[in-house]
Amino acid sequence: MTATVGREQAAARANDVWKVYGSGEAQVAALRGVSAEFERGRFTAIMGPSGSGKSTLMHCLAGLDTVTKGTVMIGDTTVTGLNDAGLTKLRRDKVGFIFQQFNLLPTLTAQENILLPLSIAGRKPDPAWYDTVIDTVGLRDRLGHRPAQLSGGQQQRVACARALVARPEVIFADEPTGNLDSRSGAEVLKFLRNSVREHGQTIVMVTHDPTAAAYADRVVFLADGQIVSELIEPTAETVLDTMKKLDAPVEVGN
Amino acid sequence: MLRATLKSLLARKLRLLLSGLAVVLGVMFVSGAFVLTDTLGRSFDAVFADAYAEVDVSVEAKPKIDVSTAEGMPLSTPMPASVLDRIKAVPGVADAEGVVAADGARMIGSNGKVVTSFGPPQLGQNWLGESDLVEIREGRAPQADDEIVINTALAEAGKVKVGDRVGVLTLAPKKEFTLVGVFGYSGGRDSIGGANEVYFTTPVAQQLMLGKPDVFSNVSVQAADGTTPEALRDEVARTLGADYQVKTGEQLAADASAGLKEGLSFFNKILLGFAAVALLVGTFLILNTFSIIVAQRTRELALMRAIGASGKQVIGSVVLEALAVGLIASVLGLAAGIGVGALLAYLFGQLAGGLTLAGLGVPASAVIGAFAVGMLITVIAALLPALRASRIPPIAAMQDVATPDRPLTKVTIGGAVVTGIGAVLLFLGLGGHAGDSTLATILGGVLFAFIGVALLTPIISRPVVSLLGAMFSWSVPGKLGRLNSGRNPRRTAITAAALMVGIALVTGVTVILDSAKGSIGKLAEDTIKAELVISGSTTGPRPASFDPAVLEKAAAIPGVQLVSGEYGDMAVVGGERTWVAVSSNVAALQQIFGAKATAGDISRLAPDQMLVSSDTAKARNLAVGSTVPVQLSRGEARTYTVSGIYESSQLTNPVTLPPQAAADFSIPQPIQGFLQLAPGTSVGAVQPQVERLLADSPEVSVADRAAFIEQQTGQLDSLLQMIQILLALAIVIAVLGIINTLALSVLERTRELGLLRAIGLRRAQTMRMITVEAVVISIFGALLGVVVGAGLGAAVVEALKDEGITDLILPWGQMVTFLILAAIIGVVAAVLPAIRAARINVLGAIAHD
Repeated sequence: MTATVGREQAAARANDVWKVYGSGEAQVAALRGVSAEFERGRFTAIMGPSGSGKSTLMHCLAGLDTVTKGTVMIGDTTVTGLNDAGLTKLRRDKVGFIFQQFNLLPTLTAQENILLPLSIAGRKPDPAWYDTVIDTVGLRDRLGHRPAQLSGGQQQRVACARALVARPEVIFADEPTGNLDSRSGAEVLKFLRNSVREHGQTIVMVTHDPTAAAYADRVVFLADGQIVSELIEPTAETVLDTMKKLDAPVEVGN
Repeated sequence: MLRATLKSLLARKLRLLLSGLAVVLGVMFVSGAFVLTDTLGRSFDAVFADAYAEVDVSVEAKPKIDVSTAEGMPLSTPMPASVLDRIKAVPGVADAEGVVAADGARMIGSNGKVVTSFGPPQLGQNWLGESDLVEIREGRAPQADDEIVINTALAEAGKVKVGDRVGVLTLAPKKEFTLVGVFGYSGGRDSIGGANEVYFTTPVAQQLMLGKPDVFSNVSVQAADGTTPEALRDEVARTLGADYQVKTGEQLAADASAGLKEGLSFFNKILLGFAAVALLVGTFLILNTFSIIVAQRTRELALMRAIGASGKQVIGSVVLEALAVGLIASVLGLAAGIGVGALLAYLFGQLAGGLTLAGLGVPASAVIGAFAVGMLITVIAALLPALRASRIPPIAAMQDVATPDRPLTKVTIGGAVVTGIGAVLLFLGLGGHAGDSTLATILGGVLFAFIGVALLTPIISRPVVSLLGAMFSWSVPGKLGRLNSGRNPRRTAITAAALMVGIALVTGVTVILDSAKGSIGKLAEDTIKAELVISGSTTGPRPASFDPAVLEKAAAIPGVQLVSGEYGDMAVVGGERTWVAVSSNVAALQQIFGAKATAGDISRLAPDQMLVSSDTAKARNLAVGSTVPVQLSRGEARTYTVSGIYESSQLTNPVTLPPQAAADFSIPQPIQGFLQLAPGTSVGAVQPQVERLLADSPEVSVADRAAFIEQQTGQLDSLLQMIQILLALAIVIAVLGIINTLALSVLERTRELGLLRAIGLRRAQTMRMITVEAVVISIFGALLGVVVGAGLGAAVVEALKDEGITDLILPWGQMVTFLILAAIIGVVAAVLPAIRAARINVLGAIAHD
């Protein structure tokens, strides 16, 4: 099926995307003709069992991986076929990342980590927005600390601030709570949801945790490289139910 | 970005400094060489400016033969005393003095041995009285013909004092004099530029130093008030005509200083050569360190890319890091170089008999050279890792991208091509096809060969390392160590290549010198038919010589069949500078040196005849009956007729003149004497008799043939030792490289090591595992070095076949020693990384991310 939301122009869009690894006998199709739109100012979760292709879809959407067939767009930029310079520009201007492993530079302070994307691009932060971001993540008293001096939740909040501060078209979050305890995870998720609601940020999050997915405005379900289902305004229960249904045919098949 | 780079640099400062150490050493040599040359150069300038301070203008007859500083002091043509009167009559001349000054006044010290100067001249001069410069410190001026004064440095070196009878060797054999005075120079200096000086009365100096009465080497002219030295110079030159060189004191000082500086530049080149070796090895180390660091920072660099850094920015950040390392290494190297330059200048000054050093000079060239070399090398070495860093995909930030084992095809093809270029350059250079740039071509060939082999090393390393490792595979830690050393062929290869360069150079030089020594020894043994040889060791440009009367007396000793004294000098033969020789007994040519006639008669020589070698005959287009004008160091040019041609060999000279010509050589005394004994005569019986004859010629001694050969080739041994010591430095740098690589590998494998410890590997076993890895890498490097070095050495020996190095001698013992040494190096290099590995906290390592 195709997940589309036609109300507004999409922040990111996949059109019949195929991703095939290997060749010949060893060929594995991670994505089989996925078409999806992720509309502006909303928090979308991509869910699916292990090996369903959810991470691959995100990598392709973000321009981190090439697609075998189909096109990917971010805003009005066609990602497919961009060269390295184009992709670099895309990452600077339109895309932000939040990783499962936080991926902060251990030698830099929290503040330096947050400002790193801007300084790489040679830009000055907008002071008002910077203050807003810092206050939203609640890290003002921790700015001078190194990542090693911060808790996991704090580190992930620094990573979130880093993604937000450049005001990208879309933020891709890869299992952002995977390495956190449930309390810190909830904080991070609330914070992500707030940045969508209050500041109109677009976020696409990959997760396999129904509770995390429940924070999103919409959940897209993947299985075997295809979009199989979708939920608007999900709760943990509805997500869990859908997941169970997705697993069921496979069990029958066995 | 800049800040991120610098901060990450600071976090790894120790590691980077270790790799920068090689650059520090290289830069040290470069700047040290410049500092030394500058300091000594200015010292020479000061010395000679002083020495000629009181001379307004000096007049000298043109030397018959031009010689370079390395060949000794030019022998000025003596000018008749009448010239002095002509000069005095020139308007503007206040006063003029006839000066006698020539090299070759060798004083015998209280121990019976000649006091040598190790380079600076041993001047014999006529005493002209005290001056602002020269002051008698003790005693008085020479008045009688058997009185001399000498400079303080010479008196101290020879341990003689005023009132002693001392022997002096000059053009004449040993003569005894009474030492009546010791002098020094203003400012408390005991010598000028390390020269040994003996002053005689004028007639004695003329006879002993110039060989004729009433002649001078030069005339020193004082200008009258109101006449500038330049004006006076032009006036005197016009009066005397073209046969005389007229120079101002300033010109003389500049010329003398320039001559010595030329000699210094040779020293400079040696230092720069070692700098090149250190930097080449250093390049490998930096390349390796940066490669490993880039590999370890994959995730960090990928993150940078993911949050918007361009490939260029990543390259920039790695290059910036290299620049910072290069900058720090250059600063340290420059500081060390200034120290080394100052130390060498001090030692040089001491060796040259107390040369007063001008203030330590750090010329701009030293600073620019240090930074240019240090930073350039570091950046070049880091370029490849930087390029690799820029190719890290941003996706690597999200997942552990298994970096696939990149195929070695490209590297291997590149290596083969580079090695090929090196081989071609070596072939061209060694085969003599490169013309003027032979040396540059050979050095280029060696450099390309090294880089080429280094590129080929990864592919070679697989089979060789696994074979070497098999020796240690009997235990589990050994097996793990072996597998570790084989798992990153590139890294292993570069580490081993750094060691290879040093060991290859030492092996190559040893092969060449051993072969040369063996070949010369064999040749001498096979062809010199003399049982006893009189010769001395040379400590400066001037060879040791002895009284020609010894030859006649030795011939009279019962049992001595044939005696020949050998003389040699530079001469101008048919317009070209050529080495000419005289054998006091022409028959020796055939009977002692085994010369074979190819044309004419080579067994006798009339006073107007000469013999030439077949090579000379061919080059100059000479045949029996050709006439050739010859200008010797003394006397007028005269024409000789070629009466015979002998086959060129290692033991023959280009031109042989009749014995009468030796009197006009700059050293009219034999340099070597060869004695052939009648069959059945005991060497032991004759030797002491010859020794007694040499009592008045303390520069030389008599030895049997074996001892003579040993003495001749012994110089090669000391040369070899010197080169080995300096190249050992390259090996030390390589050891640092092994330590660095291992330390980084241990760090990289923290998790793996923790796992091994968790499943029961003991501390000692962990250490053994690391040690095996180090030993395998270093033996591999040494093996490569020995093979490459022996190959290069053999190629050079092959190329020098025509120059008389006929036997290829491979120093097997030494090569095995290198391999054993490499094993020890491996163990030593492993100590610190192994301790570090053993101390890894098991729990922390497994949780380590």
